[in-house]
Amino acid sequence: MFTKRIIPCLDVKDGRVVKGTNFINLRDAGDPVEVGEIYSKTGADELVFLDITASSDKRNITVNMVRKVAEKVFIPFTVGGGIRTVDDFKYILRAGADKVAVNSAAIDNPQIISEAALKFGSQCVVCAIDAKKRTDAEGWTIYKHGGRIDMGIDAVEWARRAYELGAGEILLTSMDCDGTKAGYDCELTRAVSDVVDIPVIASGGAGTFEHFYDAFEKGHADAVLAASLFHYKEMEISDLKTYLKDKGIPVRL
Amino acid sequence: MSGIAVIDYDAGNTMSVMNALNALGCEVVLSNKPEVLLDADKVIFPGVGAYADAMSRLKEYGLIDTIKEVVSKGTPFLGICLGMQLLFDYSTENAADYGKDRIEGLGILPGSIVGFKENEKFTGLKVPHMGWNSLEIVNKDSKLFKGIDNGSFVYFVHSFYLDAKERSDVAARAEYGIGFDVAVEKGNVFGCQFHPEKSGDVGLKILKNFLD
Repeated sequence: MFTKRIIPCLDVKDGRVVKGTNFINLRDAGDPVEVGEIYSKTGADELVFLDITASSDKRNITVNMVRKVAEKVFIPFTVGGGIRTVDDFKYILRAGADKVAVNSAAIDNPQIISEAALKFGSQCVVCAIDAKKRTDAEGWTIYKHGGRIDMGIDAVEWARRAYELGAGEILLTSMDCDGTKAGYDCELTRAVSDVVDIPVIASGGAGTFEHFYDAFEKGHADAVLAASLFHYKEMEISDLKTYLKDKGIPVRL
Repeated sequence: MSGIAVIDYDAGNTMSVMNALNALGCEVVLSNKPEVLLDADKVIFPGVGAYADAMSRLKEYGLIDTIKEVVSKGTPFLGICLGMQLLFDYSTENAADYGKDRIEGLGILPGSIVGFKENEKFTGLKVPHMGWNSLEIVNKDSKLFKGIDNGSFVYFVHSFYLDAKERSDVAARAEYGIGFDVAVEKGNVFGCQFHPEKSGDVGLKILKNFLD
């Protein structure tokens, strides 16, 4: 039975987890290794580390963190945030990450996707897309630099292009839904998922069990990502999986 | 020198395999030196990437004869993912790019590696097969799956799958649109298509079974 994936996303800065970690039994809530281990043991299928380190020594700090996580966490994990070059891919993968997510750099230079795919394999190239509904017409456009700049490029077209260039997965965040807890943008997710032959991770908006179900059923997502819901213990991954299983969604329990 | 050796041929996920072995408390060396590999108690052959490219790197490093010798002297040998695929006769992966219909493998076990998309019965699912899938353990006396429940989940990432010729070599199968072989055991030769080093506690147990 092939299963749908549930993926917690952790924000890390200077090698430390910076957003909410209300886990009991944690000695150090900011330690990505400890948080990663807990998630791995409580049913997460994968992890995404979103690196918001701004330091000039960013690469070394990130590589060190990845190395430490890889030594202790034995489920797949993706590292994204500020990836600029194919060399960034190389160092992060070598340190033990399974996948690298690229966003703005791929918009500026789409060839980074094909170069990384050729060098390291499509399976480790995740194209992260921040999309927002157009106000002037149907559809969604993509934004770069953490959602600050509207590129005016159609999100579905961009996802298709990323797939054709060799991306192995799409991490699709709805800027309209992110932080609202009102549900994923299933329309956007479905529009993208139906035009690419690679997995799509839905992100932004999860608040209830039903939202996850809808992302899979209505949105045709292959995986779902959530952050605060899990970090602040508003929802246990195991409870979510039990709910999904009862509703007929294949999950790993 | 003895202990566990992991074959070093610039494969992508070598570090993850080393980390998992270290977590199990093993002394591990990463090497492409024939004398180290021939002297090891157990050898692990990892791999992520493309078939033809991996075969040419094995050639370049002079590892083809070494691997065959390690296997024929009876050293327990585990191929993971692409490492498992390379043990077989051939793969169709990217063959057309080389003006061929197949890329020769090591031919240690009989069988072929073919693409999901080449199978007419495979429709409507995404490729690569990426994520957690359940195992159907078909060899009840399997060493790798000793103490592992039928239906346990393991992590896969691949676009080509194994079609083993000798059904008795197959230890486990999985289903993704079609049924296919995901683990083999024959004498001292073991292989798994999934990544035990990324399959949580189940995966670590499978690795430990190989090491015991």
